[in-house]
Amino acid sequence: MSSALKPADLITVTIDGREIAVPKGTNMIEAAQVLGIEIPHFCYHSKLSVVGNCRMCLVEMGLPALDPATKQPVMDPATGKPKINWVAKPTIACFTNASPGLHIRTGTPLVRECREGVMEFLLVNHPLDCPICDQAGECKLQEQATGYGRGYSRYIEQKNVKPKRTLLGPRVMLDDERCILCSRCIRFSKEIARDDVLGFIDRGSHSTLACYPGRKLENNYSVNTVDICPVGALTSTDFRFKMRVWFLKTTPSICPESSVGVNTEVWSREGVVYRITPRRNDEVNDTWMADSGRLLYKQVTADHRLREPSVDGTTVAGAEALAQAGALLKAGGVAIVGSGRSSVEEQFLTRKLADAIAAPAWLVSRVGQGDGLLISADRNPNVRGALVTGLIKTVPEAELTELAAQIAAGKIKTVVSIGEDLTAAGLGEAQLNRIAIVYLGTHANATSAGAKVVLPTLTVFEKAGTFINQQFRLQRFAPAVPGPQGAADDLVILAGLVEAAGGGALASDIDGLWTTLASEIKPLATVTYQNLPATGLLLDASDFSDLPFPEDETLHFNPKQ
Amino acid sequence: MPHPAERRLIFEHVDEPGYTTDLPCYLAHGGYEALKKSVARKPEELIDEVKKSGLRGRGGAGFSCGVKWTLVDRKSGKPIYLIVNADESEPGTFKDRYIIHQDPHQLVEGIMITCWANQVRQAYIYIRGEFPRGARLLEHAIAEARAGNFVGPNILGTGYSCEIYVHRGAGAYICGEETGLIESLEGKRPYPRIKPPFFPAVLGLYQCPTIVNNVETLCHVKHIAAMGGEAFARIGTLNNTGTRLLCVSGHVQRPGTYEFESGKITLGRLLNEICGGPRPGRQFKAVIPGGSSSKILRFGERFKVKQRDGTMVDWGVEDIPMDFDSLAACGTMGGSGGVIVMDDSVDIVAALANLNAFYAHESCGQCTPCREGSLWMKKITARMVRGEARPEDGALLKSVADQIAGRTICPFGEACAWPTQSFVQKFGDEFRNYASRPNPGPAATELA
Ligand SMILES: Cc1cc2nc3c(=O)[nH]c(=O)nc-3n(C[C@H](O)[C@H](O)[C@H](O)COP(=O)(O)O)c2cc1C
Ligand code: SF4
Ligand code: SF4
Ligand code: SF4
Ligand code: FES
Repeated sequence: MSSALKPADLITVTIDGREIAVPKGTNMIEAAQVLGIEIPHFCYHSKLSVVGNCRMCLVEMGLPALDPATKQPVMDPATGKPKINWVAKPTIACFTNASPGLHIRTGTPLVRECREGVMEFLLVNHPLDCPICDQAGECKLQEQATGYGRGYSRYIEQKNVKPKRTLLGPRVMLDDERCILCSRCIRFSKEIARDDVLGFIDRGSHSTLACYPGRKLENNYSVNTVDICPVGALTSTDFRFKMRVWFLKTTPSICPESSVGVNTEVWSREGVVYRITPRRNDEVNDTWMADSGRLLYKQVTADHRLREPSVDGTTVAGAEALAQAGALLKAGGVAIVGSGRSSVEEQFLTRKLADAIAAPAWLVSRVGQGDGLLISADRNPNVRGALVTGLIKTVPEAELTELAAQIAAGKIKTVVSIGEDLTAAGLGEAQLNRIAIVYLGTHANATSAGAKVVLPTLTVFEKAGTFINQQFRLQRFAPAVPGPQGAADDLVILAGLVEAAGGGALASDIDGLWTTLASEIKPLATVTYQNLPATGLLLDASDFSDLPFPEDETLHFNPKQ
Repeated sequence: MPHPAERRLIFEHVDEPGYTTDLPCYLAHGGYEALKKSVARKPEELIDEVKKSGLRGRGGAGFSCGVKWTLVDRKSGKPIYLIVNADESEPGTFKDRYIIHQDPHQLVEGIMITCWANQVRQAYIYIRGEFPRGARLLEHAIAEARAGNFVGPNILGTGYSCEIYVHRGAGAYICGEETGLIESLEGKRPYPRIKPPFFPAVLGLYQCPTIVNNVETLCHVKHIAAMGGEAFARIGTLNNTGTRLLCVSGHVQRPGTYEFESGKITLGRLLNEICGGPRPGRQFKAVIPGGSSSKILRFGERFKVKQRDGTMVDWGVEDIPMDFDSLAACGTMGGSGGVIVMDDSVDIVAALANLNAFYAHESCGQCTPCREGSLWMKKITARMVRGEARPEDGALLKSVADQIAGRTICPFGEACAWPTQSFVQKFGDEFRNYASRPNPGPAATELA
C-alpha cells in the first residue's frame, strides 16, 4: 500500500469483526496481515500469480445483503449494521480481493476444520524427514502443522514413494517426496525468471515436479525457487547439509554485484558465512536475488585473500605499512584510483585524502550486460556514492588513459589504488615501472603483487557502510563476520592515510563519520547511519540527472523515467 | 427396435438398419433443414427459442442452456468460441459416442445452429482420446458438411462463416470439466480454473468468451430449431423438458442407452420394464442414477419429497421419476444420465474401492484435498478389500470425504467425495462389519 493513496481510494472490509480500510482489490491474506491476523497459506506468494491450489487459506466469506428492489444494503435491526449473507462454502482468501463491505471470518470452527483437513492431507504422503531435512527450522509445513494441524495421524496406509534426489540444475536439488505441489517454483521460473523450465508430470498424488525434457533449471535466478519453496523439496546444492538454520544469525546486507543494490540477508555462525538470501525490498529487488550474488560470500575465505600488510612484499606491522604509505603520500606527485565498490563513507574519506594532498582521483568503470532483472549494466555497486561524495565529477571510464598520460609526462610518482587492478585498467609495464603503488584491497591481483605497500582491507561482509544504487537509493549494510587478523577496516586505513598525509584527524567510525558527511554533503544533510530505513532512502539526484549512466531497465528501475 | 415407452428425438436413427453416417443419408432424412431454417432467422430469435425450450445441459450439471448463452460476454469485442464437450468420461455414461458413431451430422448441425445463434466463428469439438473412430467420423462429417456448404466460409450463401475443428484429448477424465478442457485445448495441463473469475462465458478459451456444451445438449438444439422452443418445452415435464438419454449398465437383463421424455419414466419402470429387471435369482441392491459421481441409492430407502404444488410424496427408489429435480430432491442427481445398477451379488465396499481407484487415478492433482483425499480413500478401500478392514474404516472414509467436498478448485472434489459419503452413509453396516463378512467375494483378490 503506497502512502500516496487518498482515503477515497480505500474501502472498508471486516475481518473477524474488525474493520480495516484497504485499497480496493487488496488480497485478503495481506489485508488480514495488516491487522495482525495470520491466514496460513502455502501456494500464495505476494510476488507471483495466484493459483489457489493448496487450500490452506480457506476462510468464511460474506457480503452485505442487498435489497433486490432498491439494491441498497439491508440493515440488521439488532445491530444497526448491514446484514451479511455468509457463503455456505469456505472460500480461499488468496483469491479474494477486497470489495466494498466484504466480510471474512478466520477463526470459526469451519475454518479450523478446513485447516486441519488440509494439513492432514499434506502430511499423509509426506516423509518424516525433518531430522535430516535442510528446511527444518524454517519449514512452513512444520510451522503450520504445529499451528493448525490436529497433532495426531489417522493414516495407516503406505506412503507414496517418489524420487529423493533429482538434480534440477547445478544449484538446485529436488526431493519429490517433500514437494507439496504448490507450484511456486514453476510460477517463479515462468513469471519472474522468464525461463519456463519447470512443470508437473503425472497426475493426482503421483504428480512430480520436473524440468522439461532436455532442459535444466540453470538460469541465474534458480536458487530463488529454493527460497520460496515452502518445504524442503528444493534445496540449494551449496547450502545442503552444511548447517541447521537455527544456529545461524542473520545480518542485513547489500549485494555488491551491481548497481541494483539487491537487499540481502547474510547467514553466519561463529565467524563463518553459510549462505546469502534475498531480503525483501518492494522498491528494489522484491524477494529475489541472483544466484551469482549468493556465492560472493566465498570471497571471504578465498585463497588469494590478502591477510597481512606488507611493504615490498615483506609482511610488516600495520603501523609500519601505514607509515611507509604516509611517506610516499607526503612526497607528492600522488594520484588516486578510487573504487565504485567502496562504500559511501570510504569514498568520502578517499576524497578527503585526495583533497589533503591535492591528488587527482579517478574511478574505474565496470560495465557489462544487464540482465533486465536484478543485475544492471553497472557492476560497480556504488558509482553514485563517488559522485555524491564528490570523489568524481562524472561517470567513470574503463581505461585510465588520463592517468597513463600524466604518468608518462612524469607528473605522477605514486598511485593509491583502492582495490583496482591497474593493469586491467589500461596501465602497462611502461607506466607501472615509473610509479610506486599503495594498494588497499581485499584480494591479491597483479597490482597488489607489484605494490610497494599493501594494506589489506575488509569485504562487504565484514564491515559497516552504505551504497547508493542506480535509483540513488542510499542503502546500509552491516558486518556479519570479522575480517582476517591482519586486515583493517578501510575507514581506519583511509583516515590513517589522511592523517599521515597531513590532512588532520578524521573520525574513522561510522557514526562519527556520518556527522561530518551530513554536514558536508548536501544530499545527505538529514541522514544518520543508524536511522536509515531498512529499505533505504531515496536521495535527491537532480545534480546528476544529465550524466550518461550505463544502466538499462531492470526490476523497479527504468532510466527513462 | 425402440421400446414403445421411448420417445426418440436424438436417437431417431440410431441403430436403424441402413442408416449411415454419410451426408447423403443424413440429407435424405431431412438433415440440415433446421440449419437452413435457422440461418434465415435472426440469431437472437434462436437464443430465444432455446430459452423458451427450457433445455438443460446434458453434460452433468443440468444448467439452463438458454441462460448459459445469455451470460456470454458479447460486449468485449473478443471472438466468442463454442466448445463441444465430447470427452464423455463419466463412468457409466455412453450416449455421446452413439451420436458421434451413428449420426455425426446431427451433432454438426446442432453445432452450426448454435454457432449462428451465438455468432461464433470457430467451434472446437474436444473428443476424448479413447474415441479414435469417433474423431475420424467427425472429421469426415465436417469435411462433407464443408463440401455441402453447411460449414466453412459463406455458409449457405449467407455471408456467415464458421469453422469446426476436432481436437482429440489425451485421455484424462478431468478434461471433461469445462475449464480443465479449455486449458487442455490451449495446450496445457488440464488444471481446472478457479471460478470466479474464470467463467467460460467471460474468460474462457484464450481468455475469450466461450460456450461449453455437451454433445447431447447441442443435438437438442437442432431439434429445438426444427420444432420451436415451445414445442420442445411440451415434451417431458415442467422444468425438465425434452427428451433425455439414459445409459443403463450393470446388473439388469437389457443394459443399453434409451431415450425418454424427461421425467416421464420412473427408475423402477426403467430398470424393471425397459431393462428387463434383475438377472435371474437376483434382487436389486443399489443404483447410481446419474454417472459414477452421483450419490448411490439403496433399494428399500424411502424419500419424502415436496412436489412443486406443495404436496408431499413418499417415494421408494423405484418411484423416482428420472429427471434432474426429482433425483436432486432424493439427495442425488441426474448428472450425465449414466444409471449403474448393482444387484445383491455386489460387495459394496469392493464397488466403492473400484470407484475410488478411478477417482484417485483421475484427480488432476492440482489442489490438496482432492489430490490427497482421493488417493487416501482409494488406499483405505483397497486395504479393506485386501482383508485388512477395521470397524472404524467407514467412519474414517466418510471423514476424509467430508474434508474434500466443498473445498476444492473444481467439482471433481464433490465428484470423488459423494460416492464415498453416500456408500458409507447408506451401507454403513457393510463397512463396519466388513472384516467379519461371511463370504468374501472374488473381488477381494481382484482389487487387492
Ligand atoms: C470432473 C468433471 C468431469 C466432466 N466430464 C464431462 C464430460 O465428459 N462431458 C461433458 O459433457 N461434461 C462434463 N462435465 C461437465 C462440464 O464441466 C460442463 O458442465 C458441461 O460440458 C457443460 O455442458 P452442458 O451445459 O451442455 O451440460 C464434467 C464436469 C466435471 C466436474
Ligand atoms: S519439508 Fe518440512 S516437514 Fe517435510 S521433512 Fe522437511 S522440515 Fe520436515
Ligand atoms: S518444489 Fe517446492 S515450490 Fe516447487 S511445487 Fe514443490 S513444494 Fe512447491
Ligand atoms: S478438485 Fe481435483 S480435479 Fe479439480 S482441480 Fe482440484 S485436484 Fe484437480
Ligand atoms: S494460499 Fe494456497 S489456496 Fe490460498
